[in-house]
Amino acid sequence: MKHLPLVIRSVAAWAITLLIFFPLFWLFLTSFKTELQAISVPPLLTFTPTLENFVEVQVRSDYMLYAKNSLVTSVLSTVLGLLIAAPAAYSMAFFRTRKTRDLLLWMLSTKMMPAVGALVPVYVMAQSSGLLDTLTGLTIVFTMSNLPIMVWMLYSYFKDIPPDILEAARMDGAGIWNEFRYVILPLGMGGLASTGLLCLVLSWNEAFWSLNLSAAKAGTLAALIASYSSPEGLFWAKLSAASLLAIAPIIVFGWFSQKQLVQGLTFGAVK
Amino acid sequence: MKRFLPRALFAPAVISLFLWMIVPLVMTIYFSFVRYNLMQPGDKEWLGLANYHFFVTDPDFGPAISNTLLLLGAVIIITVVFGVLLALLVNDPFPGRGIVRVLLISPFFVMPTVNALLWKHMMMNPIYGVLAQVWIFFGLQPVDWLTDFPLASVITMVAWQWLPFACLIFITSLQSMDRDQLEAAGMDGANALQKFWYLYLPHLARPMAVVIMIEMIFLMSVFAEIFTTTGGGPGNESTNIAFLIFKQALMNFDVGVASAGALFAVLLANVAAVFLIRMIGKNLD
Amino acid sequence: MKFRTALAFGLGVVAAASASALDLVIATVNNGHMIEMQKLGKHFEAANPDIKLKWVTLEEGVLRQRVTTDIATKGGQFDVMTIGMYETPIWGKKGWLNEIKPDATYDVDDLLPAMRNGLSVDGKLYAAPFYGESSMLMYRKDLTDKAGVKFEERPTWEQVRDAAAKIHDPKAGVYGICLRGKPGWGDNMAFLTTMVNSFGGQWFDMAWKPQLESKPWKDAVTFYVDLLKKYGPPGSSANSFNEILALYNEGKCGMWIDATIAASFITDPKQSKVADKVAFAQGPYSATQKGANWLWAWALAIPAGSKNTDAAQKFINWSTSKAYIQLVAKEKGWAAVPTGTRKSTYATPEFLKAARFAEAEKKAIDSANPNDSTLPKSPYVGVQFAAIPEFQAIGVAVGQQMSSALSGKATVDAALKASQLAADREMRKGGYYK
Repeated sequence: MKHLPLVIRSVAAWAITLLIFFPLFWLFLTSFKTELQAISVPPLLTFTPTLENFVEVQVRSDYMLYAKNSLVTSVLSTVLGLLIAAPAAYSMAFFRTRKTRDLLLWMLSTKMMPAVGALVPVYVMAQSSGLLDTLTGLTIVFTMSNLPIMVWMLYSYFKDIPPDILEAARMDGAGIWNEFRYVILPLGMGGLASTGLLCLVLSWNEAFWSLNLSAAKAGTLAALIASYSSPEGLFWAKLSAASLLAIAPIIVFGWFSQKQLVQGLTFGAVK
Repeated sequence: MKRFLPRALFAPAVISLFLWMIVPLVMTIYFSFVRYNLMQPGDKEWLGLANYHFFVTDPDFGPAISNTLLLLGAVIIITVVFGVLLALLVNDPFPGRGIVRVLLISPFFVMPTVNALLWKHMMMNPIYGVLAQVWIFFGLQPVDWLTDFPLASVITMVAWQWLPFACLIFITSLQSMDRDQLEAAGMDGANALQKFWYLYLPHLARPMAVVIMIEMIFLMSVFAEIFTTTGGGPGNESTNIAFLIFKQALMNFDVGVASAGALFAVLLANVAAVFLIRMIGKNLD
Repeated sequence: MKFRTALAFGLGVVAAASASALDLVIATVNNGHMIEMQKLGKHFEAANPDIKLKWVTLEEGVLRQRVTTDIATKGGQFDVMTIGMYETPIWGKKGWLNEIKPDATYDVDDLLPAMRNGLSVDGKLYAAPFYGESSMLMYRKDLTDKAGVKFEERPTWEQVRDAAAKIHDPKAGVYGICLRGKPGWGDNMAFLTTMVNSFGGQWFDMAWKPQLESKPWKDAVTFYVDLLKKYGPPGSSANSFNEILALYNEGKCGMWIDATIAASFITDPKQSKVADKVAFAQGPYSATQKGANWLWAWALAIPAGSKNTDAAQKFINWSTSKAYIQLVAKEKGWAAVPTGTRKSTYATPEFLKAARFAEAEKKAIDSANPNDSTLPKSPYVGVQFAAIPEFQAIGVAVGQQMSSALSGKATVDAALKASQLAADREMRKGGYYK
């Protein structure tokens, strides 16, 4: 790819990226319009911006509560998931047996039942264990839902680590813990970060269980969004503002952690 | 000790997943064989295969299966192919690479419902949507995307959301490529295409397999986008299995038929998985 | 010592008082009026310091699913549920709801009879109406005047079509008539059902057999498809209330038949470019005026499993009372009060002055009768739906077929045949006949 002149590559990359990002840019613009401006024909690119939609969101719903719930459930489920998935992926990547692939496939198969079909059994389960409308209940659901994905992704990243490095470490007398801490962790950091970010996003955006298993106390930002698509009355500018507020934390976080991912270690550095 | 340690490491994952899976599964299997409508609680009469029969004899059943597979296939192909190309494009440095990478992964952060509403109202509406304006600008008649090309529209929305995911996986995987090998190949006179075929592609084989398997799981049960935009229509053109379950069962709270449908979806997913494993399985190792 | 004891005692009392404040969980839909109720909730809390209101606001379809799942599995998550005229008869009959106990100042006779009947079973009120609507024809007087068209109070469908033909002018960006087309039992089917009613049709005959291939259905749907194809905007088969509202406010629709609440938006100069150009008429008819306009109410009900029924009754009494309507009028003006519930609202001169559509709306509501909305006798209750649990699934399936016919992907006959098949399957499964 280096062979292509820098100019062509830059222009192509920027053009495609702007095209892909455009809908989000439009969402951003719309959140500063009035309802009438939001649906005007032709669509407005220039207009006087207003903050009334953001004010309305704040006044109308308890944004902080929803945001706090989203934050708590997403972060906890990610951390919990990593704690359970990382050792599993490690073991499957470095202590492979004939059953390993079957195990991986079985884990993935636990996600094959569509949520719509399992609504009533899970609701009844949650109700009888008293976990309806609790952050604990949601955290458990998110962790379990994302666990197979995390195991798969971490497995893939761990497999990228050349076994000779591990051999070298073992021959130097490193125990399991040291092996993990000084070899796997640094090398797999990019993978762990990507997986963690993915899990965070999946939990943050999870809407089906968030809506159905929560009522007044454990609602997440998904519930906030759900309260804006009104059946009778224009809502588009307000929904854009609400969506922006809902995705802003995760986008900002994603952008910062991207720096970490992008600066991942290369083997040149390790050697 | 050698056998114990690996097992101890993956035991928590296996045990917790097993519990998480088994209880709803058993309940679903049980419900699928009885008459259980939330609106008519009472004794659950044994129905044998009647729920399954009802679900399968729905005239929309066949189209739902083909739509599910079409959606799955199309989005996977789009996201993997473009994901790889984009990842390669932004792999080597150029001005503003950091920002580009960040913008590229942004669509994945948007909630599926918002994604659907965004496309439906802002982009695809034939009167006040952005795409309509672009069409008019070029002197063409705006296309009514959601009515005339419902499945393609849904595919577009879903692919837009998942492309960043594939990109992210490939970008991070490319980071761990052996630079020395690339240098050596360059010095041996390999051109871009050869490097791509013999170095980049094999390295990306496993991440591609992982992306395909993960996407398969999620795309099988795409629901929010369809519910919010086309409502499965017109007719049944954009109804997939998940939406069919919703329509058949959740709409009139028939848990029996919903359970039968859910088990069918599991069956379909298993078939698709077996098929995909045959194609890409060796890349998983 | 005495001071400390007194302080401790005082703190204890305060702690006890605030500890005894119970949480009243209210599930509601996100219509403008409900949002307003949420904002004004602080007045209720001020008058009842021992009750804290906790809101769960959801979109209609999700709300319905959520509360039904909860009430049927006795989840007990909600103390007050916002339900419609569809659920109330079904759930009331099953004993899933507590009867509403009006307090001394409530004046239950002030409720519009249509609303009260629609929300009662055997004379018992099971949900208190918070907001009610019917449907009517809203047309651009400036365009009809220019074309020389005059509407009587309740026009016929032929007159509507002729008018649409005269004012249809796509080059000027005006479409003759805008109607719902998005699939859904509360979307396109709500409208289509009233149309079928007015052509003399019904959903089910007295033996509960679906009638979707009967002549009234054929005539009505053919008329509908033809009308929209010739004089409707593009993309109609995905349009529901909001989409058409956007078009109307931009001046693109010459006529619109939809919920009476639309009138409050399109006559609001802050939202609508054509606010002062709108006039109203009753829902059109062909063979009969019965069921030509629908009836819907969002009402507050108390599920039988709630542990806070007293607080719930208090809240419901407050939010559906005359005093509440006065409160909204004071805070936001008479044009923003929840309408369609009480006779006294329509007798208030300030309201009539602020809401030009009030008279037409009241006429529409008064003329709707869920117990008698079809020409041939029907076994079901409901104007634009049938209050049976199976109806949702049937409505959705038929809605999809109708949308398909509208977009030209299926002929009307094929769509009706598929609809009949779907309805038949559901009714058989539900055990209505073998």
